[in-house]
Amino acid sequence: MGHTKNCDVSDKGSTPHPQQVAGATCHAKVVPPSSRLLSDDEYKKILDLLGREPNSVELAMFSVMWSEHCSYKSSRVHLKRFPTVGERVIFGPGENAGVVDIGNGLVAAFKIESHNHPSFIEPYQGAATGVGGIIRDIFTMGARPIALLNALRFGPLQNPKNRYLMEQVVAGIAGYGNCVGVPTVGGDISFNETYTKNPLVNAFCLGIARREDIVKGAASGIGNPVIYVGSKTGRDGIHGATMASTGLEHSKESRPAVQVGDPFTEKLLLEACLELIGTGCVVGMQDMGAAGLTCATSEMADRGAVGIKIDLAKVPLRESGMTPEEILISESQERMLIVVKKGMEKEAEAVFLKWDLDFSIIGTVTDDGCVTVTNGDIEVARVPADVLTSKAPVYERPLAAPQFQEILTSFSYDSIPLPSSGSYSASLLTLLSSPNLASKEWVYQQFDYMVQTNTVVGPGIGVAILRIKEFDTLLAFTLEGNSAYSLLNPYYSGANAVAGAALRLICTGAKPIGMTNCLNFGNPERPETMWALALSIEGMSDACKAFAIPVVSGNVSLYNETAGFDIYPTPIVGMVGLIESPTHSLAPVFKSEGEIIILIGETLEEMGGSVYLKEIYSQERGSPPLLRLDREKALQQVILRAIELGLLSSARALSPGGIAIALAKSCIHSKMGAEINMDPRKIRPDAALFSESPSRVLVTVNEEKLYTLKALLDAQDIIYSVLGKTGGVSLTIQVGDKMTVNLPIKEMEAAHQTGLSRYFLGEELPPPAPPEIGGES
Amino acid sequence: MRFGIIVFPGSNCDRDCQYVIEQVIGCGGLSGFTFGEPPMPPHPALGRAEPDPRAPAVMPIWHKEEKLPDVDILILPGGFSYGDYLRTGAIAAYSPIMKAVIEHARAGGVVLGICNGFQILTESGLLPGALLRNKRLKFICKSVWVRVENSKSILTSNFTNGEVISMPIAHAEGNYYIEPAGLQNLIENNQIIFRYCNLHGTLTESANPNGSLDNIAGICNKAGNVFGMMPHPERTGDVWAQPAAPLQHTVDGIRMFLSLLQNPSSFRFSLETA
Repeated sequence: MGHTKNCDVSDKGSTPHPQQVAGATCHAKVVPPSSRLLSDDEYKKILDLLGREPNSVELAMFSVMWSEHCSYKSSRVHLKRFPTVGERVIFGPGENAGVVDIGNGLVAAFKIESHNHPSFIEPYQGAATGVGGIIRDIFTMGARPIALLNALRFGPLQNPKNRYLMEQVVAGIAGYGNCVGVPTVGGDISFNETYTKNPLVNAFCLGIARREDIVKGAASGIGNPVIYVGSKTGRDGIHGATMASTGLEHSKESRPAVQVGDPFTEKLLLEACLELIGTGCVVGMQDMGAAGLTCATSEMADRGAVGIKIDLAKVPLRESGMTPEEILISESQERMLIVVKKGMEKEAEAVFLKWDLDFSIIGTVTDDGCVTVTNGDIEVARVPADVLTSKAPVYERPLAAPQFQEILTSFSYDSIPLPSSGSYSASLLTLLSSPNLASKEWVYQQFDYMVQTNTVVGPGIGVAILRIKEFDTLLAFTLEGNSAYSLLNPYYSGANAVAGAALRLICTGAKPIGMTNCLNFGNPERPETMWALALSIEGMSDACKAFAIPVVSGNVSLYNETAGFDIYPTPIVGMVGLIESPTHSLAPVFKSEGEIIILIGETLEEMGGSVYLKEIYSQERGSPPLLRLDREKALQQVILRAIELGLLSSARALSPGGIAIALAKSCIHSKMGAEINMDPRKIRPDAALFSESPSRVLVTVNEEKLYTLKALLDAQDIIYSVLGKTGGVSLTIQVGDKMTVNLPIKEMEAAHQTGLSRYFLGEELPPPAPPEIGGES
Repeated sequence: MRFGIIVFPGSNCDRDCQYVIEQVIGCGGLSGFTFGEPPMPPHPALGRAEPDPRAPAVMPIWHKEEKLPDVDILILPGGFSYGDYLRTGAIAAYSPIMKAVIEHARAGGVVLGICNGFQILTESGLLPGALLRNKRLKFICKSVWVRVENSKSILTSNFTNGEVISMPIAHAEGNYYIEPAGLQNLIENNQIIFRYCNLHGTLTESANPNGSLDNIAGICNKAGNVFGMMPHPERTGDVWAQPAAPLQHTVDGIRMFLSLLQNPSSFRFSLETA
């Protein structure tokens, strides 16, 4: 029979107008603004594709599957720009996670995903289930999860509501990840007013498998049984996907749409699924995340070009009286849908019994290309799988630059008076203690970052490094995203995020092998939002192509808005690197006293969107640093080469805060001072210290190797300057003949250490420091 | 020497313990580390050979078993048995295997509970006291300093009294409590094995991460064969897996497992015949 569009189905009820669907199909209290569920045009498209009116159950399925969250209908045309192939890529986007070859017969599966809306409404559970969902995406592929990272964005911590949200989100991530036994090894946290009413919680997970053990989320083999396993289905999370596809004005009413996590069941499910794959009976597997059973059945059927028939009467239920619609779109957590080989049901049963998991054979794989749903003997829905998934609407929404864009970027740095030379030490301490740059120890101490004993470098220095037991290779991970840059120039923000992540990995000796991203944007119905999304994707794609880094998975989170205001565009890049020989790995920490400190790369007066302007002058304006892809690529190559040749003792990619912050952090992390003398040349001393020019690396080198390093850099025409030496108990920075910074490490460490934790440890909060502006004589 | 590692539903340090014993202090490459599979049974080539400190065998033991295989030392690993529901360790204390664990301990066999394993041992009455919520109420993961208080025990014979060693902790309920008379007994019988301290070995409040009474980090029973500790020795098992690297490398955990291996009374049978 094959694919057929005209699935005949007896319509059990009247066919409601889409505006009525929500009320008709769902529990009244959980309904988000119904107007956004399906548009009139989308309803017409359903009529067109089905060749008939859908019944109420089918309409409920469409409303979740065609939501922005599941269908990517606004972003799909732009996402095609990403390069998705490469010699290591085994699965690119389209599967539950991207899969890349990491050598020795092993592969890594990884992905990042958002859980923003639930985390604002119910921060503990929202964040916890975000972690649960991404872990399932990884073990669904047959990979054992070995690392979690998270990117978090909150409003300023002076606001108690933001402190509450952050405390609960962190507790939720800890409560879930720690219990499942997957280490949370790193992340990226920052703060901005724009996130006060719409915090961001993006969770990244990576797992490892033998190449032959990878499982796809596709159904196949007509007649094979379809098994439901895991938690029972309840009414929690109904319409979670649609909630995530609307703004946050009605957040309180949406509380029941947030799912509740049970990490204990997740751990059992993880072990059971991996054990089951070991028996060889698994054909395909998919977790039930957004849009629950509807999404799992339709995507598995569509990917395998088959049909799936399920009986709702066989689904294990948590509560009585659930309607077919509720069972189909419930987002109860910790549930999997597994297709096993016919005749091997007993093997599967033995594994689930061992792990005390609820399970039920709820259906079979069919040959008609349709998702067919019965309730006992009564057929309640029958829809071609591709109509729900790959044939969902795709929009080319209008794009337009925001009107304020020109005002924002036209800012001239000359309008900022030159600070007095005595104020730089204070500025550096202010930056070090600002929550954006301060130590995140208060956060990561709540995460078990060591379980599984693979953590070579844990959280705290921007890159996490994990070993692969039994093999001589290491994996490095980092997350990166700068929303101030995105506000000012989405293209360069995207490109800078890719370059920044890649350079940070390269400074550990890792070669970037794959990328994932989470695109957190506002309302796609606004042309300004789509403009930023499109440009941001373009910037990331251009950088990925230039550095040959494939994008293998990702997630788009739209409608991050409250009361008509979008968040700043926030693309988050997650990148994975491979260190093939651990002897060539480095940490951004000074190794010994008396080594030469060199800045590789060029510092320009690039202060737009910098933390210096934001923290000292409360300005978020100007043009963000303009990345030159050719220069960045040359730098990446020369750094890798220098590390391979064993020339470097340490390397640190420069990030927000510029040279001054990089030096201060190196001093703090290594408990060793540095004596710096910078030639100011043509730029202002404050730019020399705090400019955020990209493509710069701070390295230390033993005097004996200095000549070879210089020769290597000269041969490649790389700009560099010798800054000074490591040693002592203070950081001193002289610009020209003026001493600008002179700070004991202990003082910097105290500022850095307490900058974030002071908001949570009940200590009195210092008043914000007034900007110190003085004329330079 | 044969180790048994009890695997409860929700245990998550079982493989880490197995790895350290098999791959780090064992012969190396015995069974191979496997991804995506449940803990491996011991390599058949090992059999029940003559006890040989250089070739320990490790057996994961599923909590639903009612009998123990032929093992000398039992490890109750860290994790979140039964999701920490009800109270940490409370449900696991009633797992079918626990009767056999208690019998093993009563017969003089060595039992080591790490983190959640310590919680299970106090819940099952094999060790006195209780582990309460940390004083700041949050999960804490970091490396801490502990002082060896009793180097005569079979777990710590590789150390000297008062030696300061480093191990990581990772728990939300590690705040040890015992009533005053019980504390007096622990002190009099030399049952306190580790105390949280600062780098210089001084017992301070700020060095006590979770509010434990008397800075207690690890204890043993009166007979000296059942041990419970909140720090994770298996996480300092080998230099690669040091999260604080490159600043802090220790292998203090290894020395603890080696103490067990090198100590004749770790062998169940030598104990019984003694």
